[in-house]
Amino acid sequence: MSLEAFVLFFLIVYLRKSSKKHSVLLKWDKTFVSLLFVIALLAVIQVSFSVAFINWIWQILLLLVLVALVRLPEFAKFKMLMWAILPFVVISFVGDLVEPFTNPVFSPLKRLLNFADPLAITWMIALLIIWNKQQKALEKERNLRLSEEEQHKIVEARKIELEYLVSERTAELTHQKEELEQALLELKSTQNQLIQSEKMASLGELTAGIAHEIQNPLNFVNNFSEVSVELLDELKSGPLQNLPAADKEEVEDIMENLVQNLEKIHHHGKRADAIVKGMLQHSRSSTQHKEPADINALVDEYLRLSYHGLRAKDKSFNATMQTDYDQRLQKINVISQDIGRVVLNLFTNSFYSVNEKKKQMGESFQPTVSVSTRHITFPAGTEGVEIRVKDNGLGIPQRVLDKIYQPFFTTKPAGQGTGLGLSISYDIVTKVHGGEMKVDTKEGEFAEFIILLPQ
Amino acid sequence: MKILVVDDEQDMQALFQQRFRKEIKEHLAEFAFATSGEDALVYLQQHNHEAVLILSDINMPGMSGLELLKHIKQKYATPPPVVMMITAYGDSENYDKAMQLGADDFLTKPIDFALLKEKLKITVND
Repeated sequence: MSLEAFVLFFLIVYLRKSSKKHSVLLKWDKTFVSLLFVIALLAVIQVSFSVAFINWIWQILLLLVLVALVRLPEFAKFKMLMWAILPFVVISFVGDLVEPFTNPVFSPLKRLLNFADPLAITWMIALLIIWNKQQKALEKERNLRLSEEEQHKIVEARKIELEYLVSERTAELTHQKEELEQALLELKSTQNQLIQSEKMASLGELTAGIAHEIQNPLNFVNNFSEVSVELLDELKSGPLQNLPAADKEEVEDIMENLVQNLEKIHHHGKRADAIVKGMLQHSRSSTQHKEPADINALVDEYLRLSYHGLRAKDKSFNATMQTDYDQRLQKINVISQDIGRVVLNLFTNSFYSVNEKKKQMGESFQPTVSVSTRHITFPAGTEGVEIRVKDNGLGIPQRVLDKIYQPFFTTKPAGQGTGLGLSISYDIVTKVHGGEMKVDTKEGEFAEFIILLPQ
Repeated sequence: MKILVVDDEQDMQALFQQRFRKEIKEHLAEFAFATSGEDALVYLQQHNHEAVLILSDINMPGMSGLELLKHIKQKYATPPPVVMMITAYGDSENYDKAMQLGADDFLTKPIDFALLKEKLKITVND
């Protein structure tokens, strides 16, 4: 057995092992395995039968491997291997070639080869060692790079995970922010409403105070006018009779005027008294008791109140009012103040709507608000009253129609409406009085609110 | 019968004198006027042993009508003079308080003199 056989064998083994790592060379695997078989077989034959020429097979195979390593592109990375075994293979080949020749001409060559042989072997071993180290270093580097890539992948994956979490959190926070913003808006609205209530409350107290204070002078106006009429009557039936005829007639005339004047003073004093009493009733805290009320009078009173109230604020405001009260209407049990507030709200809304339309359309538009009352019978049989408030204003668009009764919903510019009028009105009509509230409208043309109140 | 009218409004004097001119002429009633609770008490002190009917307003600067009522009912307890409150503030709170302090009656302004005369007649006849 020669060294070449071993070198060849282990070379093939090594090539096979390395090629397993690179899929490109996998197809050579079969070849390597068969080669190994052949080598093993030949080695066995050589040992058993001492067949000398098998040595030549080793040389040839080695040369072939060398050539393969040089020529084939797949084995390019094994070039160093080729350099490692090259001297050994060449020397070995030449040595075997020259050996049979005993001619002293070849002696220096033989001596050279003998000298070079161990060198070649040493060279081969040295380079193989270097090659191994190199491969190990390469392997290490490759592993390092692989592990780095792994790390990088992990980091990337983690980054994506974190980004996802962050975006989720952001979405949550954004959502919370929006909810808070909404809550803030509602709070602001509530605050405005509270301020309004405070104002109304203090106004109510002020009104009550003023009303009471006015009662005093009114008392005098009424009483003095009454007394004066009485005194004049005494004059008429007493001393006047004693006057000469000519003067008597003149005096009688003048006295007639005086009496009429005083009666007028008394009449207007009583009117003022009634207004004051009405105001007092309005500002008095709600008793929550339903009392029989004349709906026609109630509606009319608030219609005038609403109209004059708006005119007091805006001198240019003007509208035609049409009323159609059912005269046969009976009194029904309601909380007058609350129903008053409801119709007042409807009137205010109507006047606002027609006024806005007038601003848009100018002189050609004739704002009209009409109210009607009617006696009705509910499907269940109960009697009741229907109040209709209609205006030829801007109407209500379809898209907001289902929102109009929502608290804080308003189409007025910020700060002008609390958005609570219709909401409160709806509650008063439906919850407190067990009635119904409906609306019929066409955007840009008219809006009509219908209130149904049961007995 | 002596009637003391307590009201910070000076014109009440003229009004009562005109409204009761018949009664005054026939000496059925004699009127005195005080424009404050304090003045009223002074008058009562001066006319201690005379039957005096008092008609008082509630809302007055200084001593209010209700305070006056309390004083009168406490000080002149035997027998206490008749005190009727006449006021613009006809709310239940004032009414209850007046009754609690011993007022004999409660009238609201504007004064209905016919009603007042009726009530006075009843009191005199008691």
